[in-house]
Amino acid sequence: MPEYERHDYDVIVIGAGGAGLRAAIEASARGCRTALVCKSLLGKAHTVMAEGGIAAALGNVWPQDNWEVHFRDTMRGGKMLNNWRMAQLHAQEAPERVRELEEWGALFDRTNDGRILQRDFGGHRYARLAHVGDRTGLELIRTLQQHAVHKGIDVFMECTVTRLLKDGDRVSGAVAYWRESGNLVVFAAKAVVLATGGVGKAFAVTSNSWEYTGDGHALAYEAGAELIDMECVQFHPTGMVWPPSVRGILVTEGVRGDGGTLRNSDGERFMFDYIPDFFRAETADTVAEADAWYEDKENNRRTPDLLPRDEVARAINAEVKAGRGSPHGGVFLDIAARRPAEYIRRRLPSMYHQFKQLADVDITAQSMEVGPTMHYIMGGVRVDADTAATTVPGLFAAGECAGGMHGANRLGGNSLSDLVVFGRRAGMGAAADAAAVDAPAVDDAQVEAVAAEMNAPFAREDGEGPYDIQRDLQETMHTLAGIIRTEAELLEARERIAALRERAARVRVHGHRQYNPGWHLALDLPALLTVSEATARAANLRRESRGGHTRDDYPDPDDGWGGRNVVVRRGADGAMDVSTAPLPEMPAELRRLFEE
Amino acid sequence: MNETVNVRVFRGDAESGGWRDYAVEVEEGQVVLDVIHRIQATQAPDLAVRWNCKAGKCGSCSAEINGQPRLMCMTRMNLFAPGEPITVAPMKTWPLVRDLVTDVSFNYETAKTIPAFKPRPPEADGFWRMQQEDIERGQEFRKCIECFLCQDVCHVIRDHPANKAAFAGPRFFVRLAELEMHPLDTEDRLELARRDAGVGYCNITKCCTEVCPENIHITDNAIIPLKERVADRYFDPVRWLGGKLFGRRRP
Amino acid sequence: MAQAVAAPLRRGFLTTLRHDRWWVEPALVFVSLSLFFGWLTASIVMDWGPFGNYEVEGTHLLSPVFEPTWLTAINADWKGAWYLSPAFIVLIGPVPFRATCYYYRRAYYRSYFLSPPACAVGDVAPSYRGESRFPLIMQNAHRYVMYVALVFVPLLWIGAIRSFHVPGEGWGIGIGSVLLALNAFLLMMYTFSCHSLRHFVGGGLNCFSCSAWTRARKRVWDYVSLWNEGHRFWAWSSLLVIVAVDVYIRLVANGQITDPNTWSRF
Repeated sequence: MPEYERHDYDVIVIGAGGAGLRAAIEASARGCRTALVCKSLLGKAHTVMAEGGIAAALGNVWPQDNWEVHFRDTMRGGKMLNNWRMAQLHAQEAPERVRELEEWGALFDRTNDGRILQRDFGGHRYARLAHVGDRTGLELIRTLQQHAVHKGIDVFMECTVTRLLKDGDRVSGAVAYWRESGNLVVFAAKAVVLATGGVGKAFAVTSNSWEYTGDGHALAYEAGAELIDMECVQFHPTGMVWPPSVRGILVTEGVRGDGGTLRNSDGERFMFDYIPDFFRAETADTVAEADAWYEDKENNRRTPDLLPRDEVARAINAEVKAGRGSPHGGVFLDIAARRPAEYIRRRLPSMYHQFKQLADVDITAQSMEVGPTMHYIMGGVRVDADTAATTVPGLFAAGECAGGMHGANRLGGNSLSDLVVFGRRAGMGAAADAAAVDAPAVDDAQVEAVAAEMNAPFAREDGEGPYDIQRDLQETMHTLAGIIRTEAELLEARERIAALRERAARVRVHGHRQYNPGWHLALDLPALLTVSEATARAANLRRESRGGHTRDDYPDPDDGWGGRNVVVRRGADGAMDVSTAPLPEMPAELRRLFEE
Repeated sequence: MNETVNVRVFRGDAESGGWRDYAVEVEEGQVVLDVIHRIQATQAPDLAVRWNCKAGKCGSCSAEINGQPRLMCMTRMNLFAPGEPITVAPMKTWPLVRDLVTDVSFNYETAKTIPAFKPRPPEADGFWRMQQEDIERGQEFRKCIECFLCQDVCHVIRDHPANKAAFAGPRFFVRLAELEMHPLDTEDRLELARRDAGVGYCNITKCCTEVCPENIHITDNAIIPLKERVADRYFDPVRWLGGKLFGRRRP
Repeated sequence: MAQAVAAPLRRGFLTTLRHDRWWVEPALVFVSLSLFFGWLTASIVMDWGPFGNYEVEGTHLLSPVFEPTWLTAINADWKGAWYLSPAFIVLIGPVPFRATCYYYRRAYYRSYFLSPPACAVGDVAPSYRGESRFPLIMQNAHRYVMYVALVFVPLLWIGAIRSFHVPGEGWGIGIGSVLLALNAFLLMMYTFSCHSLRHFVGGGLNCFSCSAWTRARKRVWDYVSLWNEGHRFWAWSSLLVIVAVDVYIRLVANGQITDPNTWSRF
């Protein structure tokens, strides 16, 4: 039997970004002994990268705004594939969650009458994003972190969970290891909340950090839960493209929200050529009207630069393919022409420094070069909207690793609100669940099996290192299951992933267990491969284009597919099983919101 | 413009370790963290380094590059003259874990000692009103990404580890200043700043400000104002007398 | 290898991995401060030798070291008794003001106390309590000497303006009088950019917008904050100029050079 330390809790939360922190705060507030387990140091999670803001229909700038408008925008942005109940709860509860952040010390930018200022963002009808310059995510995570620190939550930093433990059908805990020492940790828990974020590190060009290896998706899948919408992957239209070492780093949508416009190498505002019928009624079709909109939003329609992200990303992709791209394979994003330098530095300080320091570009005078970067996965663990419960008893999920909320495409600003709305609900759900069950048993045989698997890479005499396998996987996903897909490419992707899985099974690691990044990556590989396979299979099944899923061979949306989720689960034989399920039906009083 | 550069990296733990030289190919626009990653991928797969966002936003990849505390992800390789020796070492102030990774738990423990924000009651609609001009000082402080470079460079604990028991460090003076200047906060943390956090240990040599990757004016805007507020309370007999005679006000 | 082992972890005086010329700044500061303050110390008591005269006869060109002239009034005849110098007036204002100034503290803690000599370079002291104990805890008195230093500002301006007038000759202008005005200006800016003043005028407030009074203080605070960013510049320029003016006036007063001016007399 391998040696390990054991901790017993009512609730453990895996992941300490916005959703994980909020879930832990809630579970703890409801009297649960709560642990927060995270791969990095506390406060470093990917939430810090969120820039533009948190969407909430506060109505501070536009009194006409309310939850129904926000709900409608979210559903339309998600191409109606969203779980309507999640979108409704999200729109209804986001303002209260923002108020709560302020109560806990967040300092949002202000309106002239001292209320929370809101900014424009793609797909949102009204200026709706509460923000702090262009570092809203940092504000959110720091606020939650500073609040959580006094709530008696035990934090396990730099501790990676590799497997969930089960007691019969029910999740009973998790096996993890300390990154620092490599030692094994076993958590026994009445309920487990997954809040592990996304899968960006399966792609070559991404705005995501190394942590985004699809851990939560894979842990849930292994434990028998269902994943939905895994084919819906959001490419953010504006990532940096040059220099190569920073390719993919996010350029906030706030640049466009605050007046930046996209141009191709001919200097054309090309977005006017890419307005889909779906949004034609509310989008300006001339440069004159779009320019006037910045000053007079009541009498002009929005600029197409602020169409939802999927539309803009595809447009940029098409411009570059047509040979009208910038020198380094992107397009130009310019805010200097419209806004004075002082305004840009005040509204977008991190963008200013990011370009100045990393690319020698002064955005107050020059254009930025930008292109699509893998940013977010809409798909995730299938959950109950009200409780965040997965299909496995005792297991909950919130944030990016949960699916359904954003449908086929997420609107900017809806992720931060998603984190706190459903983070809290997952904490509530887990606390209620934990109160109803007895302390679970830990099955030593399961722990032993996991430990043996984790140690195997050290024991192998030959075999390759993990870095090349990850790089090849990223290349595969990027070229074959990326922004534009075809059946042939997706089938090839599946084959290559299968081959990579064989290579990963023989991976060899040098050195010892103490803070060994090669080993850490080797242990992350199976999750990366699982989510990649899920995405490739789901994408092949959905024979239409919708939101963050674009098929070159089926370029249009299909009403039949519009009513179905693609569901991925582990089959009885252990192989991945992909099927479809009908969307939950929206009640009539909400349906009427779409009938104008 | 790929070229090969020699980089000297500290390898080892607290008991045994030393410099290791690596010849690495460097591409245009790369930063020190890229070079460390290249070493990991090609020469030393077990080279320990802490990093996350690689965009200067999370504050994980703090190290000492040519002796200067810096973020590896924001240090461009073209900063160094051709042929200039490049050394990458772990932060010195914290116990070494391995290679470039240090144990920064001092900072997380210290964070727990600072009482949380405690706002006054909100307006009737449940929200608060604050003017932009009243929160701008706090917003500067909240840019902090907790890279702990200011803590690392501060000689009070860097050269005198015994002071860790009595000194919170620049990061937490920034936090204290933020809370003290918050227009809604009702908690009083000046006694903490003076007695437990040891703001008096600071001799304002400003190294924290010099290394801050977020360009927070730590000394001028946080520490000195905090020292002045402490002086108001503890070192100013006139104010003390005024307080006794007219009662203390907190505008 | 054994010796290199601990290198990044080793502590001790001047221990560093920096290989830039970090010692240049503290060395320059050491030399400059020693030179300037050395001269000023000498100047306070110097009524002898080739530079003994500190006031140009028949004019109001008086070395700023001897401003204001209160002590001169009760102690005009101090010649030969240096300890009675009227320039000791600086001991109640300018000297302690600079000695406890947040910028000068940075400068001399680095260059004289070597605590630390430069960022990420080992501290000299085996143990360290900073300004938390006597005597350095007295630095907290900076605000009091700031109040006194504020009084010196108009006094130096009065002295400078007076120098544009020569008894019996009337108003005019000369290099010496311009230098005195420059000196008064720089001293004013140095005082107005003080960190303690910044706290006093508005930094101590938590709410700037709460009343007309706090809004007015915010406007003053904005100005002082702006000047405060240049506190180092004002500290050095005012120091350099007071030394330069003192030297210049002594040279004129002792006949070594002639002051170009509209009176064309000396």
